[in-house]
Amino acid sequence: MKLIENVSRRGFLQGVLASGVFVLSARFVPEPLWAAEGDKAAALDPNMWLSIASDGTVTIIAHRSEMGCGSRTALPLIVTDELDADWSKVRLDQAVGDPKYGDQDTDGSHSVRSSFDLMRQVGASARSMLVSAAATQWSVSPKDCSTEPHFVVHKASGRKAGYGELAAAAAKLPVPPKEDLVLKSRSEWRYIGKETTSLFDLPDIVTGKAVFGMDATMPGMVYASIEHPPVLGQKIKSYDDKATLQVAGVQKTLTIDTVKPPHLFQPLGGVAVIADNTWAAFQGRKKLKIDWDTSSHSTYNSAEFRKTLESTSRQAGKVVRNVGNVDAEFAKGGKIVEAEYYTPHLAHASMEPPVAVAEYRDGKVVAWAPTQNPQAVQDTVATALGIKKEDVTCHVTLLGGGFGRKSKPDQVAEAAILSKQLGKPVKVVWTREDDIRFDFFHSVAAMYLKASIGPDGKPTAWLQRTVYPPINSTFDASSKYADDEMGLGWNNLPFDIPNHRAENGPADYHVRIGWLRSVANIYHAFAIHSFIDELAALAKKDPAQYLLDVIGPSRIVNLDYKEDEAEDKLKYPLDTARLRRVIDIAVEKSGWAKRPKVKGRGMGIAAHRSFLTYVATVVEVEVDNRGQIHIPNVWTAVDAGTVVSPDNVRNQFEGAAVFGTSLALYGEITATNGIIDQSNFNNFQLARMNHAPRKTEVHIVESDAPPAGVGEPGVPPFAPALCNALFAATGKRVRELPLSKTKFA
Amino acid sequence: MIRLKINGKEKNFDGDPEMPLLWFLRDVAGMTGTKFGCGVSLCGACTVHRNGQPIRSCSTPMKEIGDSEITTIEGIAPMHPVQKAWMEARVPQCGYCQTGQIMTAIALLKENKNPSDQDIDTAMSGNICRCGTYQRIRAAIHQAAKETA
Repeated sequence: MKLIENVSRRGFLQGVLASGVFVLSARFVPEPLWAAEGDKAAALDPNMWLSIASDGTVTIIAHRSEMGCGSRTALPLIVTDELDADWSKVRLDQAVGDPKYGDQDTDGSHSVRSSFDLMRQVGASARSMLVSAAATQWSVSPKDCSTEPHFVVHKASGRKAGYGELAAAAAKLPVPPKEDLVLKSRSEWRYIGKETTSLFDLPDIVTGKAVFGMDATMPGMVYASIEHPPVLGQKIKSYDDKATLQVAGVQKTLTIDTVKPPHLFQPLGGVAVIADNTWAAFQGRKKLKIDWDTSSHSTYNSAEFRKTLESTSRQAGKVVRNVGNVDAEFAKGGKIVEAEYYTPHLAHASMEPPVAVAEYRDGKVVAWAPTQNPQAVQDTVATALGIKKEDVTCHVTLLGGGFGRKSKPDQVAEAAILSKQLGKPVKVVWTREDDIRFDFFHSVAAMYLKASIGPDGKPTAWLQRTVYPPINSTFDASSKYADDEMGLGWNNLPFDIPNHRAENGPADYHVRIGWLRSVANIYHAFAIHSFIDELAALAKKDPAQYLLDVIGPSRIVNLDYKEDEAEDKLKYPLDTARLRRVIDIAVEKSGWAKRPKVKGRGMGIAAHRSFLTYVATVVEVEVDNRGQIHIPNVWTAVDAGTVVSPDNVRNQFEGAAVFGTSLALYGEITATNGIIDQSNFNNFQLARMNHAPRKTEVHIVESDAPPAGVGEPGVPPFAPALCNALFAATGKRVRELPLSKTKFA
Repeated sequence: MIRLKINGKEKNFDGDPEMPLLWFLRDVAGMTGTKFGCGVSLCGACTVHRNGQPIRSCSTPMKEIGDSEITTIEGIAPMHPVQKAWMEARVPQCGYCQTGQIMTAIALLKENKNPSDQDIDTAMSGNICRCGTYQRIRAAIHQAAKETA
């Protein structure tokens, strides 16, 4: 069984370590590295970041999760480069959840940008120690030694020693202080920014050997499938499991208490069917008869809720950014344009539904889960069972997609709760229907925009208001404003408009709200870049040129940063030169200037900075006489600063175009009396090969700026670029998603 | 007792004859390369071959398998030209759907040695990839067709 192999490999490593090989331990990593994120009081682990065995095998800890964005490969690759090791001799050991690693939450497109410097320092520290060990052996100065992959060399004497041979001696040396570390110059990088590597797990993936959460097992485990309250907050009045217990393979049923707000990542509650296998558990569930209590959320109806959001968006909200005086400018009269935009809830629909296996024994929990955040697993399970966080061990498998859903480990807590009741390991498997109906949904949003237009056709004042149930409602049930989300494309409009105000109106939640790939940027970019295209059309200007004109000259945009964003301000200022450059590239590569202007065909553009990455996307669309939308081409230009793996960046942005297609064409989750109307891929459709963009070209700007995000920023500009293309092709302006609501024939 | 042949090996099953092959493979036989995605033949993650034809194992009950030969991803000797092409095109992101994609692609190339884009779209549109690797899948299938031509 795969799990056992994994465990024994860990045991093997420990054995190797005990026999005295080189280990770079936490203790040796200079203190200041840890001050930002790590817990200084954390226990020291000799096996913390990397070890080198006497045969030269380098084992590097992957402390971030792999959900398809390449983090598990990228971070160890950075270590490997600075270590000057040979990637083919590198093994990865996936870290368990532990605060000693600092932040392990693989979200917010920040694995590389948050860990880049640290990973380089880890590699450089070890390389320096290997060089010192060799220099001592050869009685030469370390300064006269250099490295080539997996060897230290002394050119003058022609001597050469492998990392494996030097490991034991190097391990006894002190770790150099941070200020003595010599990092490679960019020109010396062998892996960072090169095309030489692919995903570490690629061979296992294509042969079916890769272990996802769905594939994890524990000896003696049973399977569970859980009937959750159809409406958030409903409690069980009574239930009848007689027919369930007749199903072959079903062992028993158990209940989990209904969650009380704030919901956090705690289980929703419900009735669990325990069985010998997954299928029996699913079948048993179908026979359950449950009488649910009422919930205050039973009033949630999407059509009515939309009216509430839209009405709020027409009233003054909380000001989140103010430049000049929009009211005074509007009062001058002149040409005023208003528009309203609406986007529905979305579900994540990772190909692997939520799943986890956990065992509670003697007051401690061991879990295996496809989680973006193993420390959140520790917290959530500890809270659910009333045990200590450090008594929860969370092993991280590969994730069959995540997109933000798997930052929330409610299903792991379910497995732990049931294991405690049963006294054996439990694997909880969610069906696709569970996944779609009981998601932490991407929020539904209404946006109101208003501009006054000057004689040159450019806006002289721009007001934008956004209203949606905030993610924070998951953590604080009274939360109605999205204060923490305004940086997601709302309080940082990069336009050169003398009067600008951004506002946020209040909204109540009725379902669990959560992050979904690029989060509020999705609807904010949709509104802003649809509106700018509308203004370009009114001004009878070329949309790309108009966009550049409104962005204005190259400059650093003055933004109000919160205290915790101070580093971003210095390291990642909002630079319109970089935004203009990606627009120029997308325009050039798409042949924008020479695009044919015929009925039924068109191109649209949008450019949006998110997760500190600048992206411009041109979408080409064809609408056939039945009104069917085809997307023959997409061109995306990306400035993500320093890039670790260009091919992976291309893959992420190709994928973002498909993700964008899904949400633009079909994505919609609605509720009727608090119950989610969609349930599987028949009524929550995803783009398939025949409707996905036929070709997506990704152009990466060469840059030595600090690394920025790549997993998410491809998504926001896609839908507005597509809708702007549809306007060019059909003259029809779309102000709501998904496009399946609009007829084009 | 149901007798069946998986990847050339005889297997016996005396459980619920309504159980889909998927859950036999995963929970009983411990062969986890075949994935659960939707349970109702909508996503293709569970694709295996039955006498060389791609089927959705999530919707094929054990009682219907009879004498047919089942091939799963574990029964494909690595590196098959399709797997090789997948590696070279660096298709996967998360990788969860890819064994199903590969099984569908292998079956397509058996039937059609030189598929057009249109042929590939028709064969592959039953397999969803949420990461959105379709463009690379199409390129990899063309590449594998070249390799095996």
